[in-house]
Amino acid sequence: MVDLSISCGGIKSPNPFWLASAPPTNSAYQVCKAFEAGWGGAVWKTIGEPVMNVVNRYGSVDYNGQKILGLNNIELISDRPIEVNLREIAETKELWPDRAVIASLMVESDRQVWHDMVMRAIDTGCDGIELNYGCPHGMSERGMGAAVGQVPEYCEMITKWVTEISTIPVLVKLTPNVTDVRYPGRAAKKAGAQGLSLINTINTIMGVNLDTLEVNPSVDGKGGHGGYAGPAVKPIALNMVSQIATDKEIGLPISGIGGISTWRDALEFILLGATSVQVCTAVMHYGFRIIDDLVEGMSNWMEEKKFTSLNQVRGKSLLGISDFGNLNLLYKTTARIDETKCIHCNLCHIACEDSAHQCIDLVAVNGHMQPRVREDDCVGCRLCFIVCPVESCISMVRKDDGTEAITWNELMKQLPQPLTWQALRSFQAKHGIDIH
Amino acid sequence: MNNIAPKLTPEEYEKNFAEIHPPFSKNSAMVEANRCLYCYDSPCMKACPTHIDISTFIKKIATGNVKGSAKTILESNWIALTCAKACPVAVLCEGACVYNERDEKPIEIGRLQRYAIDWYFGNGMPPLFSPAPPTGKSIGIIGGGPAGLSCAAELCLLGHTVTVYDAKEIPGGLDTWGIAPYKTTQADSIKEVKLVQSLGATIMTKTMVGSDITIDELLKTHNAIFIGVGLNHPSRLNIEGEDLPGVHDALAFIARVTTRKWPSVNVGKRVAVIGAGNTAIDAVTESKRLGAEQVMLIYRRSQNEMPAYEFEYELAKSDGVEFHFLTSPLRIIGNGKVEAIECTRMSLGKPDAEGRRAPIPVPGSEFRIPVDMVIKSVGQNIEESFFSKIPNLKIENGQVVVHPESFQTSNPKFFAGGDCINGGKEVVNAAADGKRAAYGIDQWLRRPANG
Ligand SMILES: Cc1cc2nc3c(=O)[nH]c(=O)nc-3n(C[C@H](O)[C@H](O)[C@H](O)COP(=O)(O)OP(=O)(O)OC[C@H]3O[C@@H](n4cnc5c(N)ncnc54)[C@H](O)[C@@H]3O)c2cc1C
Ligand SMILES: Cc1cc2nc3c(=O)[nH]c(=O)nc-3n(C[C@H](O)[C@H](O)[C@H](O)COP(=O)(O)O)c2cc1C
Repeated sequence: MVDLSISCGGIKSPNPFWLASAPPTNSAYQVCKAFEAGWGGAVWKTIGEPVMNVVNRYGSVDYNGQKILGLNNIELISDRPIEVNLREIAETKELWPDRAVIASLMVESDRQVWHDMVMRAIDTGCDGIELNYGCPHGMSERGMGAAVGQVPEYCEMITKWVTEISTIPVLVKLTPNVTDVRYPGRAAKKAGAQGLSLINTINTIMGVNLDTLEVNPSVDGKGGHGGYAGPAVKPIALNMVSQIATDKEIGLPISGIGGISTWRDALEFILLGATSVQVCTAVMHYGFRIIDDLVEGMSNWMEEKKFTSLNQVRGKSLLGISDFGNLNLLYKTTARIDETKCIHCNLCHIACEDSAHQCIDLVAVNGHMQPRVREDDCVGCRLCFIVCPVESCISMVRKDDGTEAITWNELMKQLPQPLTWQALRSFQAKHGIDIH
Repeated sequence: MNNIAPKLTPEEYEKNFAEIHPPFSKNSAMVEANRCLYCYDSPCMKACPTHIDISTFIKKIATGNVKGSAKTILESNWIALTCAKACPVAVLCEGACVYNERDEKPIEIGRLQRYAIDWYFGNGMPPLFSPAPPTGKSIGIIGGGPAGLSCAAELCLLGHTVTVYDAKEIPGGLDTWGIAPYKTTQADSIKEVKLVQSLGATIMTKTMVGSDITIDELLKTHNAIFIGVGLNHPSRLNIEGEDLPGVHDALAFIARVTTRKWPSVNVGKRVAVIGAGNTAIDAVTESKRLGAEQVMLIYRRSQNEMPAYEFEYELAKSDGVEFHFLTSPLRIIGNGKVEAIECTRMSLGKPDAEGRRAPIPVPGSEFRIPVDMVIKSVGQNIEESFFSKIPNLKIENGQVVVHPESFQTSNPKFFAGGDCINGGKEVVNAAADGKRAAYGIDQWLRRPANG
């Protein structure tokens, strides 16, 4: 049997899937319905200062007929009063004792106000607190959200106000709208947080309506940047999660967020160090019912790979994360086309011809043009592999025999410095590398 | 004919002749366009006789540049609407789609083309091309079918003065008078005629060259002449009873169906169509859709030798048509009207010159099929009486001989294309010929000695 249960900074849940603090966790009705469906936890929609929303609130990037590759919003924190939210949190927790219920908080930058808010949140019986330092619009202009998350000193100070009084675990939710996410992460660690949640939404303008020339979404003719989420942000989130997970100073449990739609996405976050994962956009698109496949798909994968608990999975792929300077310069591959699978769309040919190294020829074979790689000239860039629409038609085949390996960092110790093109070229020539 | 099939209600006719390939909605067009892989040097483009840059026009639909998409299509093919709706795509572009190699449904290229071209006509034919400066040369075009219209359009863009002469009251050739109404309508064909007129061509209807106006008169007014008269002479069965009332020629029957005045087209309760080409298929399906109770297709060879496309055969079968293979008509019997058709069974012998196995009658196998109407569909030939009026015109195997690139005939002032040079192919071949012939004519006229 596979055990999907987790404990993230002391917050326990029967599976790693939490709803992110967002519209799906706006009310007890919704969160209870989600728990009914099988979600392991929920971070309540951020509660705090009085706010009033505008419409239209959402914009979407659709791509080649697929809806919501990315979703942006200019929604604020909960637009319902604090006491209503706290009452519903308490009711929900009482009904669902085994699920993680986390209160997400954002109030003005005043120690006393934070103390009061934290105490009231703890009184609901919730399992933890998440500090929303991420909201990139509306709240930041009022000195909250990203305005805090972007300045490590504020992040540390306010986190400290919370941890100094809290009796339950505190997660700090990080904004990706920074140059290096590790700085606010370290600040949170210093202030005594039990874990980090990332990422919140990314600053974006969704686009311009070519009929009205207004930005999208338009609020009575005006609009501006909002926060971007959904499948498109996943690679950005994965990078940030891995940066936090590999940082020597931080060492905190991570709740991974950003573009998770499937169990595959979730596993990638966990393999790069996340303990729990949070989902927003995918639920906004399809509803709570996706939890069924999330749990089942992850369990099946674990069974197939002979893992029994997520502890065995967590962080496994971090071992392979490396700086460029430590990659093997003598690892050589060539593209190879399986002509029995090729459908002759010639996309590999034109990609190589116009954007790579001109080494895929079109050869007349049996009445059609057959793309064929001149393997000696192939530099192994992998563009053709990526554009090929047929699974396993193009493969990248290893050319070197694996006996020799040298990294850039090692090579720089061998070659005379400052490095000259001539020295580098003669190293390449010695190893049969010809970049034309 | 006294055994006329009962007339149908207007709704029934509409239903029976409803489009078999309905238009895409915007949304479904986008989904389909986005499915296209945007192949480079794509097989579909090569499979199209007019070599439309298909992946490019589809990509343009996907980006919302539908006008540009229509331009890409029309750059290669002036008969784009009829082709979109009536081309045998399964054996042309869609048959070559790379998705077939991946065992997936090919892109619906025909319907996407129609989407772009419907947009173009629906938006008042915005000008897409600017004609070259006037050359002062005049070209006469005999026949306003797809070959003639395509040639006319291209010549207009090349700066020539063009007059099209067509025998019928509505031009368009078989696009107007032949193609099954569940594929295209006369209104579609007329749109294409209007497009050619908008480019500057003059079209003289009800003008039969050879009788209403002579070849000599044309030679006086024009520097060159394009012949796109198609095949108008129906082949005969040469059997007894062929001229009895109730025996019809397929093209004449089909032409009446294209007018969409279906209640006025009488069809027998029991109809036998002789022949098994695509026209025979149209005759059986249209008879059935007009309300005939029993429709039979009689063919002397077997299903394997049948010239009709597989998808046309399937359509007729699904319409409930009976196929009598290896059956040859001996005579048509009747007292002042068709009553029965006497046939013999056939067997297949050795392959003939074309490689098809020759049918041989089975002695003593004669039998009769009671019928009320017989439709002959055993092929069309060129009109000898017309071609004999053009001096030094070489004709071989019933086809006008032309140079494969210039489309010039043995009489240098005459060029030709379409069914009259290929023995009867598709609209798209005629469209391709006409356009390429326009370049042949243009180049010939630009040589100082000519014109
Ligand atoms: C019943 C039927 C159904 C068909 N269905 C399809 C289909 O679904 N899809 C497809 O791609 N193809 C189809 N075809 C084939 C297609 O219609 C022809 O290949 C195409 O129309 C040939 O074009 P054309 O311009 O050469 O000749 P035509 O279309 O035959 O046009 C010839 C024109 O010349 C005129 N003409 C002839 N003689 C003279 C004269 N002396 N003076 C003035 N004008 C003259 C005629 O009136 C006519 O307008 C079908 C053909 C038939 C018979
Ligand atoms: C409409 C909307 C509202 C959001 N509101 C909040 C919020 O109140 N508090 C918060 O911490 N994050 C909020 N988020 C961010 C999400 O919790 C999450 O971090 C982000 O959407 C990335 O996850 P996803 O790609 O699964 O959507 C919101 C996101 C969306 C789309």
